[in-house]
Amino acid sequence: MKVNMNIDVHHLTRVEGHGNIHVVVKDGELIDAKWAVVETPRFFEAMLRGRPHELAPTLTSRICGICSIGHTLASLRAVERAMGVDIPDDAKMLRLLAKHGETLQSHLLHVFFLAAPDFLGVDSVIPLIESHPDVVGLAVRLKGLANDMCDIIAGRTTHPVSLVVGGVNKVPTKKELETLKQRIQDRLADVATTVEVFKTLSLPDFVRETEFVSLKGENSYPWIGGDLVSTDGVVKPEDDYRAMTNEYKVDWTTSKFAKLSRESFAAGALARFNNNYKFLCDAAKQTAEVLGLAPVNHNPYMNNVAQIIECQHVMIESIEMIDKLLANGFKDIRSDYTPKAGKGVGAVEVPRGILYHEYEIDDHGKIAKANCIIPTTQNNANIHYDLAELVKQQVKLGKSDKEVELLCEMLVRAYDPCISCSVH
Amino acid sequence: MEYLGIEPKKARIGVFDFTCCEGCELQLANKEDSLVDFLALVEVVNFREVSSDRGQDYDIALIEGSISREDEVERLKQIREKAKILVTLGTCACFGGVNSIKNRFDIDDVVSEVYGKNKVETLPVRKVSDIVKVDLAIPGCPVSKSEVERIVVNLVTGAAVNLPKYPVCVECKQKGNTCVVDLGEICLGPVTRAGCDAACPTGKTGCLGCRGAAEDANFDSLREILREKGHSDEAIDERLRFYNAFSEELKNEG
Repeated sequence: MKVNMNIDVHHLTRVEGHGNIHVVVKDGELIDAKWAVVETPRFFEAMLRGRPHELAPTLTSRICGICSIGHTLASLRAVERAMGVDIPDDAKMLRLLAKHGETLQSHLLHVFFLAAPDFLGVDSVIPLIESHPDVVGLAVRLKGLANDMCDIIAGRTTHPVSLVVGGVNKVPTKKELETLKQRIQDRLADVATTVEVFKTLSLPDFVRETEFVSLKGENSYPWIGGDLVSTDGVVKPEDDYRAMTNEYKVDWTTSKFAKLSRESFAAGALARFNNNYKFLCDAAKQTAEVLGLAPVNHNPYMNNVAQIIECQHVMIESIEMIDKLLANGFKDIRSDYTPKAGKGVGAVEVPRGILYHEYEIDDHGKIAKANCIIPTTQNNANIHYDLAELVKQQVKLGKSDKEVELLCEMLVRAYDPCISCSVH
Repeated sequence: MEYLGIEPKKARIGVFDFTCCEGCELQLANKEDSLVDFLALVEVVNFREVSSDRGQDYDIALIEGSISREDEVERLKQIREKAKILVTLGTCACFGGVNSIKNRFDIDDVVSEVYGKNKVETLPVRKVSDIVKVDLAIPGCPVSKSEVERIVVNLVTGAAVNLPKYPVCVECKQKGNTCVVDLGEICLGPVTRAGCDAACPTGKTGCLGCRGAAEDANFDSLREILREKGHSDEAIDERLRFYNAFSEELKNEG
């Protein structure tokens, strides 16, 4: 029997922002498979022109409601590198701690609230409150911890207030840090339970070989700044990010596409895992083994698993950092500087992948030119080409329209796209 | 949930987003300690960011984001027709928000700056009340999660809904913060409506006025104090215009 399919998902649910999936199969042949972002653009790069440099992080944090700390940190790094501002070590650690809080809250939001309903066959997390109260309870506890961590360190989870050019504005109290450390330690048991739950789920078995791009770790799993690396062997300095992204525009979508050595590449938790596995802590490596993930893995659905592994890693790394901060006693948290003209790039690993901000600052300390390249923008082409391959494979296996539609939706969700972010 | 042996009718809520970062609707999911109780009181029938359920039968529509494309105008009008109560959620929906900075530039220049020669459809940014009737506005960038919950619970249970009339300074003083103006920052707390628990000055950063004007706000006096501290009018205006939240008041500034 020849298969015909016409899949049209308008404004895909359980993702951040507005995107459509369009698939046409005629007589068993794939005619068309598109991932189209239809989000309304906001033109942040144009809005940045003429703004004082100290407001650039505040403005660009509004690019994204989920990874606003990540945008703030990329923006700060670009401003600080443009003006040659060095920041104190304790401030660096506090910033990274805020970022770990964000990674944790964002990954948990995705794994439990956005992706898990598919694995458990429901529309949203709401029916799970009745059917799986233990899992929801655990997710809510962990996510609460992650948000509190951001609130304590950065002043607020969504659109942080204490991260400023030169360092940080405010330090948590010793008691706040000690309590935070204890709570993280207590919640590691919830991560272990999460791993047990995921062991029982079977993720779709799909492979399309691609290239994975991330920051390159030197001594540790990388989060803020450094060289860029790909699984195809490309290594470039941070400042050459444009050669790593090669953005281009296609006419059916408002977000740009990107490529490197192949027609597309992927960024995100799986990309970081594939490039920097050796820097994960031992417990996270054990989790990877238990959940069947080893580098280089080319199954995009495994991004969910890579996110769980990163949750565990950032929690353990946060405990170590809090110990160091308590031992240091916050000698210095903010550097003085004189605004000056310059150009700077800031590359930061945010939950969905590597994020770049680049600014040119004029003699008056104002932004003269800005460029921001978002992880989801980098992933759009990979999602697009994955969809075509996924549909081809599923049609051969004789799957129904409904089954293929769900797998397509789950594929896009696995990338945890931040669509309004990608159309900034 | 029963009350005096009766199952109350749950209010049906739809959450809709337009030109924005979706950070405000995220606050609804971020209130972990009371999330489950909150969901017992309302029925979420349409919330694309967290659910595949797309019911069209809602009493309360929460609107996030400003309006910057023709299809958004149409979608907003359709939602207005269906909703009994339309609530704007956040600074973008209430005032236009940071997106309004775009309106300071020529729109063709803006498009070519970001997209080069590619054509991209966009309109000058408008707030929701420029297009449809708004029953209730909850400002904030982002909205305060406890305020939204309190307001929605009040709406559902028929209790009065009030936003503070006093400025952010009141909440800031209650927290015992050192005034950030004295630390050299430009802070719009004296003219901005409270309700955020003074989040920014508590983080030692000046308020940028995301919640709009407090009642009887004295802009002239604020400007005078900030000038005395050595801040330029340009720097003060940059902040007063950041969220477009004082556009009405600044028209009348002496």
